[in-house]
Amino acid sequence: MDYFAQQLINGLVLGSIYGLIAIGYTMVYGIVGMINFAHGDVFMIGGFIALITFLILISLGLTAIPVILLVVLLVSMAITALYGWTIERIAYRPLRHSFRLAPMLSAIGMSFVLTNYSQVAQGARVKPIPPFITGGYTLHESQDGFVIQLSNIQIMVVITTIVLLAIFTWLVSRTRLGRDMRACEQDQTMAALLGVNVDRTISMTFVIGAALAAVAGLMYLLYYGLVDFFMGFVAGIKAFTAAVLGGIGSLPGAMLGGLAIGLIETFWSAYFSVEYKDVAAFSILIVVLIFMPTGLLGRPEVEKV
Amino acid sequence: MTAPSTQTTKTASGIPALLKTAFINAVIALVLFSLMVGIRTEAGSEGQLTYWTRFGELASLVAAVFGGSIVIELLRQWIGPAGTEKLVPPALQKGMSLVGRYLAPALLIFTLLVPVIFYNQRYILDLAILVLTYVMLGWGLNVVVGLAGLLDLGYVAFYAVGAYSYALLATNFGWSFWICLPLAGILAAFWGVLLGFPVLRLRGDYLAIVTLAFGEIIRLVLINWQSLTGGPNGVSGIPRPTLFGIPLNNSDDGLAAKLGIEFSPTHRIVFLFYLILALALLTNWVTIRLRGLPIGRAWEALREDEVACRALGINTTTTKLTAFATGAMFGGFAGAFFATRQGFISPESFTFQESALVLAIVVLGGMGSQLGVALAALTMIGGFELFRGLETYRMLVFGWAMVLIMIWRPRGLVGHRAPTVYLKKAQAISSDLVKEGHG
Repeated sequence: MDYFAQQLINGLVLGSIYGLIAIGYTMVYGIVGMINFAHGDVFMIGGFIALITFLILISLGLTAIPVILLVVLLVSMAITALYGWTIERIAYRPLRHSFRLAPMLSAIGMSFVLTNYSQVAQGARVKPIPPFITGGYTLHESQDGFVIQLSNIQIMVVITTIVLLAIFTWLVSRTRLGRDMRACEQDQTMAALLGVNVDRTISMTFVIGAALAAVAGLMYLLYYGLVDFFMGFVAGIKAFTAAVLGGIGSLPGAMLGGLAIGLIETFWSAYFSVEYKDVAAFSILIVVLIFMPTGLLGRPEVEKV
Repeated sequence: MTAPSTQTTKTASGIPALLKTAFINAVIALVLFSLMVGIRTEAGSEGQLTYWTRFGELASLVAAVFGGSIVIELLRQWIGPAGTEKLVPPALQKGMSLVGRYLAPALLIFTLLVPVIFYNQRYILDLAILVLTYVMLGWGLNVVVGLAGLLDLGYVAFYAVGAYSYALLATNFGWSFWICLPLAGILAAFWGVLLGFPVLRLRGDYLAIVTLAFGEIIRLVLINWQSLTGGPNGVSGIPRPTLFGIPLNNSDDGLAAKLGIEFSPTHRIVFLFYLILALALLTNWVTIRLRGLPIGRAWEALREDEVACRALGINTTTTKLTAFATGAMFGGFAGAFFATRQGFISPESFTFQESALVLAIVVLGGMGSQLGVALAALTMIGGFELFRGLETYRMLVFGWAMVLIMIWRPRGLVGHRAPTVYLKKAQAISSDLVKEGHG
């Protein structure tokens, strides 16, 4: 039981990171109807920028951890958001009204570009950082000596995710931008006729998605203590799986899917085998889609003839 | 590097506006590259991170973006706005059909003569074999994506199934290539049906992720099922193919000895070349023939309109499954060939990158055009080889090429189609009129 509780905590933390990336996929899908294959690599870029900012701040002699974290968070969000904006501008905007496969291949190409760009720019080796946030709480200790640990970093990941989700939900449901986004999602032509700047709204979607991915990148860096140029691929596929599992286009679905994938992966590694954890996650995706072809919370797509 | 938006194209006519755009792009580039390029991190010997600055590279990159955006903007104004035409103009159409009529046979004759012309150039022969392998994979995937309109991001799984089927059957039971080749195809087709079943009800991007997940599952199982597949070490010592039992080696039973000619290792390469050419042509021939049969027409109808298909009484289940199975079978053949050619296979050869490459070939070829796929494979693999010297920059160039080609020709290299079924007379139509399917 204690072991189960510990795995539950680990799974929820991992799931939060996946969920943050998955929101980027699902938002872009909702508004432009394309799979942004480069999103996983945007997450990776976010991790790298966070790492480099950390290094600079430490070498400048800063020691106050909250200040460092805040600066790193803001810098990596800002620069990664600009990456998201640029990618949309170069690779997707010219193909907006093209047929469906063209932007997807362009996105796959962009993903190769980003992966290899960071390999060329930062080298192929894994970059570790020393643990910044240490310590934690012991929640429960059983007779046989097994301890349920809740580390500070885990608390931070979950709290950051919840706060971001709250801000994000507010943004989508209450602000002018959110209204524009939802309008563009339903009908771009009509939204444009009613004075919504469609280009700007789509750009902002990519910017927000990339900023959330940057946060996920920072969380990943803090939680696992390393980044490498190839981490975007696996994390991206997992997050995309999460978005589809939750029902692509649905924001709560993305978070739910992220948590589900995180939990499946953690429990599978804990109780069965570590090697097959990804196989388990993908298999469950396939099984869920057989019975619910539009994911857990997705709306069925009705084709009008 | 940042493509100026359509608004700037309309207003930016003078030099100040041009410079302003270039300046903004350069500032954006400066921010983008500031940390990633300007600062290089490296893990030290004891795991601690060190960093050093590279402001020179940063400055030259930013300058390149500044210059590049001026050049792009000037080119854009010089060429003018790109227009699209729905129907190909008659004169152009005539010329194209003339070229199209002679291009394919000419290419075929040239391909047949490649081993004769380049007999002593091992490198070119190897490259030609590689290109033909991708032509075959492209034609195989074309059945699924181009004809039936089902998006498959995990095609490499069938390639892997074919390769491992041959490798394991041949190394464990000593079966010959010619027995294993059909078996590899059948096994891959079986896996194709297995993948087909769960995705029957899925559409669009759900289909994309499931096929992608399927490809990853196969690769992960190949890595982790060590007792069967050898794990990351792969399978080595895969037997070379024989000419129906006659080995192509330097022994007394070898082909060279039987024919009474002097042995040369090139014989095997030439044999492999004609083998893959035959397999690729088989794929092409079967596809062309199937297109004329009810099943092929059902595939194309499915791509154009699934609802109408159902209404007309076409069984979409069998239509989809046969498309998956046929495509997978050709992937399996290509995989068996790959295994026998390499003599060694490992899961590393079957990554998502391969799937993306084959899909890029199909889409660049214009989805459904046989000639286009062949040309696209030649362009992609040949172009990829040209940049071999660049090493790590190679994939970077490849990625940019994919993006730029898609922007330049979203509909692929061959921009027109000859319909399979027509009223009165055959007329080439623009590929814009061909749908891409929902699945």
